[in-house]
Amino acid sequence: MTATDAHITSQSSPDASPVAAVQPALSIGNVSHSYGPRRALIDVSFTVQPASFTALLGLNGAGKSTLFSLVTRLFGIQNGQIKIFGHDISRTPGEALRLMGVVFQPRTLDLDLSLTQNLLYHAALHGISRREARLRSGEVLTRIGLADRAGSKVRDLSGGQMRRLEIARALLHRPRLLLLDEATVGLDVKARADILDHVRQLVTEQGIGVLWATHLFDEIMPGDDLVVLHQGRMLAHGPMPRVIAEAGAQDVNTAFMRLTGTATLTGRPPT
Amino acid sequence: MSSTTVTPERSGFSLSEYIVCLNGIVWREALRFLHQRERFVSALVRPLVWLFIFAAGFRQVLGISIIPPYETYILYEVYIAPGLMAMIQLFNGMQSSLSMVYDREMGNMRTLLVSPLPRGYLLFCKLLAGTAVSLLQVYAFLLIAWFWDITPPTVGYLTVLPALVLSGLMLGALGMLISASIKQLENFAGVMNFVIFPMFFASSALYPLWRVQEGSPMLYYVCQCNPFTHAVELIRFALYGKMNWVSLAVVGGCTVVFMMGAILAYDPSRGLVRRGPGGGEA
Repeated sequence: MTATDAHITSQSSPDASPVAAVQPALSIGNVSHSYGPRRALIDVSFTVQPASFTALLGLNGAGKSTLFSLVTRLFGIQNGQIKIFGHDISRTPGEALRLMGVVFQPRTLDLDLSLTQNLLYHAALHGISRREARLRSGEVLTRIGLADRAGSKVRDLSGGQMRRLEIARALLHRPRLLLLDEATVGLDVKARADILDHVRQLVTEQGIGVLWATHLFDEIMPGDDLVVLHQGRMLAHGPMPRVIAEAGAQDVNTAFMRLTGTATLTGRPPT
Repeated sequence: MSSTTVTPERSGFSLSEYIVCLNGIVWREALRFLHQRERFVSALVRPLVWLFIFAAGFRQVLGISIIPPYETYILYEVYIAPGLMAMIQLFNGMQSSLSMVYDREMGNMRTLLVSPLPRGYLLFCKLLAGTAVSLLQVYAFLLIAWFWDITPPTVGYLTVLPALVLSGLMLGALGMLISASIKQLENFAGVMNFVIFPMFFASSALYPLWRVQEGSPMLYYVCQCNPFTHAVELIRFALYGKMNWVSLAVVGGCTVVFMMGAILAYDPSRGLVRRGPGGGEA
């Protein structure tokens, strides 16, 4: 049984599964956020379990990036509580951030620095010694197939390679929760599939909990957990088949349209 | 791929982690600076124009009597050199602080701010890194100025270093405090008009304060209250191997106050929110 299955089991019969006692990788409790009079998030609550892939599905402007900014402590929390493996991001941000890797929607690499230099900088920000950082950089670059480009400037990489590098960078300090905000935006079909495969491997092979924000349906698999966010409100949360069933739909596309009352969304329904 | 990559949980940070982080931030800033040759050239052209043109023109107009730390009559160029060194730091501090608050470097600021180390410490490191860059500019200026007969004692090049670090930190922290707390000063032109020019002209950078006092006692007091005056004097004295204790106290005190204010006022959401919906904010 994978952890995701266990999570599903634990939700259907909480007392039966030993996994029910496991600390969630990410727990969001009653979070609200406003920009002046505009409410970007309204009472959002959900959890991401370790070794699970949770898709945060919403249109542009749904509040996904605001949520990411709150989870990463970029914004102060106005209402509610966010915990990473039990560490409150407001009270013990250091412990929480140490367990978290983030890939933001905008590119955050230094284009004029080399791949290795970018990785070493990130490692330094996490207090990893230069020697250890060099070792880990070599490892992650080999893993993402860019070892031969270690000394090249990031500017010379393709969009997909940059994203892979950003993911590798986010894993350099060996986090147990990985957040990705629209990580495949602007990439071609193959690059998108490669990155998604890579992240799913991290879930199954390394037990990392992943929160994957997207507006593309075809990135979601039946085994995933789903959080549907629309205009700042969370409309559904649970394993994908359950969310679809509760919406009385046949596929995630229709379920999303029924839940949100919108007509279209980019992407194809998963097969 | 390894089967497990879990880092054991622990709390707090060791001293070595703090040092590694500081080194990393300064190292990156220096690397970036070396890649931006235009920034380096323009940072040098500004004070050199003042030195080569303004000072040459005013040499005959303004006589400088013997005032500490100088022990002989000096040329006007020699007098304004410390003021121009401080000016380099003033521009550098304002420019880098402004970009920390507004979104030009926002992507990179995100990378910085998701570091688990305390945010106040990260901002301090960033200010220190900006100061390190200003030191490169100042020493390059001193090298060129040496060929223009501005030749302080050799030991002065060393003794001025701590003064430059302190003044650089003060000006960087002031820049961050201003850009974080005054919403109207979003662009560099605004900062030039309302911060840089008044600070520079109402100081001892271009003329000795005793001369200002003769002309306008009121302006004299304004200059005395201007922390930039004390940054200039601290640098001036240190460049000649001497110490100006009053300036040290003022610059040190202002550095602490500005730094604490800047860390308290810094709000990373501002640069993001201002871009509005669709700008990565929603």
